[in-house]
Formats: sequence, C-alpha cells, structure tokens
Amino acid sequence: MRFVDEFREPALISKAAEEIRRLTGTERHYRMMEVCGGHTHAIYRFGLKDILPENIELIHGPGCPVCVLPMGRIDDGLSIAQRSDVIFAAFGDMMRVPGTQGSPLEHKARGMDVRIVYSPSDALKLARLNPDKHVMFFAIGFETTAPSTALTMMRAKAEGVGNFSVFCNHVTIIPAIRAILDSPDMRLDAFIGPGHVSTVIGCRPYEWIAQNERKPIVVSGFEPLDMLQSIVMLLRQLKAGEAKVENQYKRVVPWEGNRAALRAMAEVFQLRPYFEWRGLGFISQSALRVNDKYAEWDAEQRFAVPGIRVTDPKAAQCGEVLKGVLKPHQCKLFGRECTPEHPIGALMVSSEGSCAAYHNYEHRKAGMVSLNSVA
Amino acid sequence: MCLAIPGKIVEISSDNQDSALVDVVGVRRKIDLGLLQDDKPAPGDWVLIHVGFAMSKISEQDAADQMNTLWMLGEIDGAMQEIQGYGLEDVN
Repeated sequence: MRFVDEFREPALISKAAEEIRRLTGTERHYRMMEVCGGHTHAIYRFGLKDILPENIELIHGPGCPVCVLPMGRIDDGLSIAQRSDVIFAAFGDMMRVPGTQGSPLEHKARGMDVRIVYSPSDALKLARLNPDKHVMFFAIGFETTAPSTALTMMRAKAEGVGNFSVFCNHVTIIPAIRAILDSPDMRLDAFIGPGHVSTVIGCRPYEWIAQNERKPIVVSGFEPLDMLQSIVMLLRQLKAGEAKVENQYKRVVPWEGNRAALRAMAEVFQLRPYFEWRGLGFISQSALRVNDKYAEWDAEQRFAVPGIRVTDPKAAQCGEVLKGVLKPHQCKLFGRECTPEHPIGALMVSSEGSCAAYHNYEHRKAGMVSLNSVA
Repeated sequence: MCLAIPGKIVEISSDNQDSALVDVVGVRRKIDLGLLQDDKPAPGDWVLIHVGFAMSKISEQDAADQMNTLWMLGEIDGAMQEIQGYGLEDVN
C-alpha cells in the first residue's frame, strides 16, 4: 500500500489500533463526538472508521463555522454590501456558501465588490487602500479566529480607520456542546475535543463536561496517531468509570490557553443573549457581538441590517446531519442535487463540513488515504 | 480553516514590534504577533499561524509535524495559498 510511508510511526498506529480493539471489547456500543470540523475531515481522509471496531461510532460535531452559520446571516451581510460604496471582504471558505439570492461569489459575478482576504488585517489594509469605499469584513469562526478579528478592530480604532467595519458572526464552542448534550435525541459517551480552538481557550472551559455531565473529553491533535491515541485515552476513562479533561495535544495546546488572545476578545466583544445556529436552533450566549466601545467598527450598529431569517431548503436535512442524527449519505439530496460542485447546504461547501468530507473521501473512495494496512 | 500553518520568524519589524516576517517553506510574508504579547517570539522561533496571526510558539519538531499533518490532510496547497495571499499580495 503506497500510502503507508505517509504515516509517521506506523508501528505506533498499529499498536494504538490494537489497544482500541482490546479496550472496546464487544459488550457495548460507544458513541464519541469529534467537535471540530478539522477532525471530521481527518477521520474521512484517513479512513479512520475502517480501522476502528464497529461498536465505536464517531459522531460529527458542530465545529465547522461555515456550516453552522444560518443562511439569513449571509443574506444580511450581502444586503449591506448592496450599497455601491461597500466592499464585501471575507475568507475564501465563505465565498461559495449559498445565500437566498446566491453565494458571495455569485453576487460578485453580478457586480458586487467582493474580495477574498486571508486575514482580517488584510481587510483593514483594503480599507486603508480604498479611502472612498467602506470595507466590511464578514467575520466567521470560533475562538481560533475571533481574537484575530478583535485585534484587527483594536488596530482600526487606534489608527482611526473610519471606513472599516466587521459583520460579526463569531461563535463560541462551549454553548454548542452544551446544547448538544441537552438535546434529547443525542446520546454521547465522550468527546474528542477541538485542537486549535483550545490553543486559545485552553482546557479549563471543558471541565463542566467532565464534572457535571460525567463525560470524558480529550483535546486532540489532527494526525491519525493523535486521534487514535485520544480514542484510547477516552476508552481508558470510560472503562475505569472516570470522566476527566485530558490533553493529548500538549505539544500545541497549553492548559491555560492564550491569555493575550482572550484579552483581545474581551476588549472588543460581548456575548449575544442568543444566536441562531444552523441545525441546532437558537442557543443562548453562544455567539459574540461587538461591544459599544467599538460601535463605530460594528457593521450591525453602523448599517441597517434586515435581520433575515431563512428556513433551510426543506428537502435538505442539514440540521439532522449537523446534530449527528443522520449520516451525510442518509440525506435525500446527498450526492444528487447537493454536491461539492453545487452545494445546497453549507455542510457540502467547506472541506471541514461532514457532507463534503464524506462525499470527497468515503463516497468516492478517491483521494482517501488508507490506514488499513498499517493497523 | 481551523488548521494552523507553521512558520519560522525571520525578523521583527524595527518600527513595529507586533509585525514579523515569517518563512513558510520558502514563502516569506508579514504576520501579526499581537496575540503573543505575553510570550513574544524572537527571530529563529517557530510559530503556528492562523489567518495572518501567530497563535502559539512551537518547537521546530512540532512545526515539522504540523507541516506533515497539513500534507497528509491534503491541505498544503490551501495553506500555501493562504500564506501567499497575506498582505493582499496575490489577490485583488
């Protein structure tokens, strides 16, 4: 198998897979949620399911920021950018996400000034370069990305850049996990915790999951060996009847997180009382808005926002897939009307969306890297 | 977009301590160090970069591991496109 060389330490992968089989046994079924979209991508890419015992089920979590954004927010952002003096700036991930009247890219084709930026600071740079225009940065992301938006706004304020604003869609991971745990149709045994979100928030915010909900959680890296080791750590806890927060990704994630990043977020943002998540509905205190100190750089306070609410296309079952109730291929539109080339739901747009990941690797078995021969 | 890209600090701007030139497999771009205020990197240090900001200091070995992860995930092209795009160099 030609892919074998790609994996570092195949002997360790094989050992971890064996340990998982030993710990799992055959008596019961384990349901583990990987919270982060990056992990979902890795699971499909590496064909992890193929080497895990059948009684371990991995449920894909809400940690793909593009996927959980309700369509109404895209419509709201685009409606502001209808003004001829506004430049709509966003990350590449956002460009093909459908709004009611098409994606940002389709709006660009119809004449809207839409630009891809790779950093919020480049959106600010765009504002400096275009003094007669207003640059609105359409911000998305969890705590991994929110500090960069915050610091960019602090710089805009310090420099007095008046033609720049942020349309803030930043969300926070903890309330989403809480909503999932509160959901009556969701039974989970353990969590694979997000990697890079945790570089910012650290491991402490997960403690309630262990202490109050009695569910183990292991913050994990993204390599196959990382994820297998995390599953071993979760199984050991479950076998011992324990529920702890553990950090498998110590080489990158400090237990306390990044305090400077948290300070920047606290300076600029405050919690919204509630925010709508695609598939999960309204979740209280689950998203960030710009606080009054930065009102001048807040697109929502600066422009009239229609507050559009759109129900997802009826036939698409994004909500059920997002909650892990349905697998991607069980959606009626999967692979037919809805494909990565013509996405109907956001889960098919981002490589971190479970539908796109499933379609790209599992469905086609193309580009998939197989661990089978190693394990 | 939650995957971070490893880079090596080449130099810190003399006029702005929060701005540094990084090298990511031969591509050099400016990034922002403002989120590492409590633990400032120096030239020669490795950092994980996300949307133009250094998020954490890492070891050289971890940087190599992270690059390997991106490669295994088929995300190298996307990562390099992101790095090349910093500073609006290749877009707009």
